[in-house]
Amino acid sequence: MINKIINSPAEAVAEIHDGATVMIGGFGEAGSPIELIHALIDQGAKNLTVISNNTGSGHVGLAALIENKQVAKTICSFPRTANSKVFPELYNAGLIELELVPQGTLAERIRAGGAGIPAFYTPASVNTPLSIGKESRVFNDKEYVLEYGLKADFALVKAETADRYGNLLYHATARNFGPIMCTASEMAIVQSKRIVEPGQIDPETVITPGIFVQKVVEVANPLHESQLVEQNMSYP
Amino acid sequence: MIKTDIKIGWSRAEMAQKVALDIPDGSYVNLGIGIPEMVADFVPEGRELIYQTENGLLGMGPVPEEGKGDRELVNAGKKYITAIPGSAYFHHADSFTMIRGGHIDICVLGAMQVSERGDLANWSTGAKDAIPAVGGAMDLVAGVKRIFVITQHVTKHGYHKIVQECTFPLTGKEVVERIYTNLAIIDVKEEGLYVREMAPDVSFNYLQEQTGAELKQ
Repeated sequence: MINKIINSPAEAVAEIHDGATVMIGGFGEAGSPIELIHALIDQGAKNLTVISNNTGSGHVGLAALIENKQVAKTICSFPRTANSKVFPELYNAGLIELELVPQGTLAERIRAGGAGIPAFYTPASVNTPLSIGKESRVFNDKEYVLEYGLKADFALVKAETADRYGNLLYHATARNFGPIMCTASEMAIVQSKRIVEPGQIDPETVITPGIFVQKVVEVANPLHESQLVEQNMSYP
Repeated sequence: MIKTDIKIGWSRAEMAQKVALDIPDGSYVNLGIGIPEMVADFVPEGRELIYQTENGLLGMGPVPEEGKGDRELVNAGKKYITAIPGSAYFHHADSFTMIRGGHIDICVLGAMQVSERGDLANWSTGAKDAIPAVGGAMDLVAGVKRIFVITQHVTKHGYHKIVQECTFPLTGKEVVERIYTNLAIIDVKEEGLYVREMAPDVSFNYLQEQTGAELKQ
């Protein structure tokens, strides 16, 4: 029998090891798997490479993981936001490495990683500082730069509905990087607001087919990052 | 350094309205963060435009009523939005397939500098202590069919933003088609910068003084 359901966020993230590469879903707080991130803070794995669009805000969620000195490197498109204090401080102090990637290149690198494509050419970043040192090639009189697919040991993703096979539905713009990160990681760990019986998700509407997901944990009432930031909360 | 009298020229809302008037019926449009977001408030009567937000929605609707926002329904600026009837959600690889694949008709972006050849700099001043952040701007200018820039004509401190050569790191080279500022609307053509329209009470000489590159009429 296939049953990917795990009892707690703590159990779900137990295997994340020091030095692991971890993709973390979310665009700002939309889709940020805050309970899984907090479980990873409790678990304590260090020297992580985190692949995510942003670097969190305030002192909770992704920002707290970084503040807890568990992240050695981020691969990211937009590491500063209105309330991000942690990353800028560590970055300016030289305590965290940043690989800055255009957002669409980040998405395509993840997609390619999950699809078995080792590298691809893109027009984004040509003639800018972000293409320096990268191989380039001209196709049909237009220049493109070579970018490499990204894979990860783990992905932490937030979904709305899941079943024990790992089929997923998302909510609104919380979908963002979730589906592609599930495909590009050895172990996709998903927190879902609800878990339903197989068959209750219409196969025509499945967004992430279960084959891309390894663990599912129910978090019925996830915390809201912006609310925690407003309340000046910090984790742990 | 030339100080601008900020009372001369169009307001931010008027600038946004000018952009909206130039967007043809049926266009798919991506709006950047800041003044570009205001363009959505001025869809001309009788036109239907579909707004794409690159974090995963085609069919972005108006800002919700105070207190009615959904934390997981936001735009690229991470502000609450709504979805119109007939809208579609998608993941990031599909979003940038729309953008890089040439499926979006128009993108309206902010700018730090625009050169006379249409080079755009809008992501970094290159300062050593600045945290570099790029987002989707480089993908947008590389893939969207028409790039409109909307910006104040000069900086807060009076420095030129429309220049011969950008001094800030580029977002893209030769990508901008038209510039909307508080003083004028300017077309970027192969032969140079052509003034298309000037705001009330703005003279060509004044406009030229406020511009770091040669303007043509």
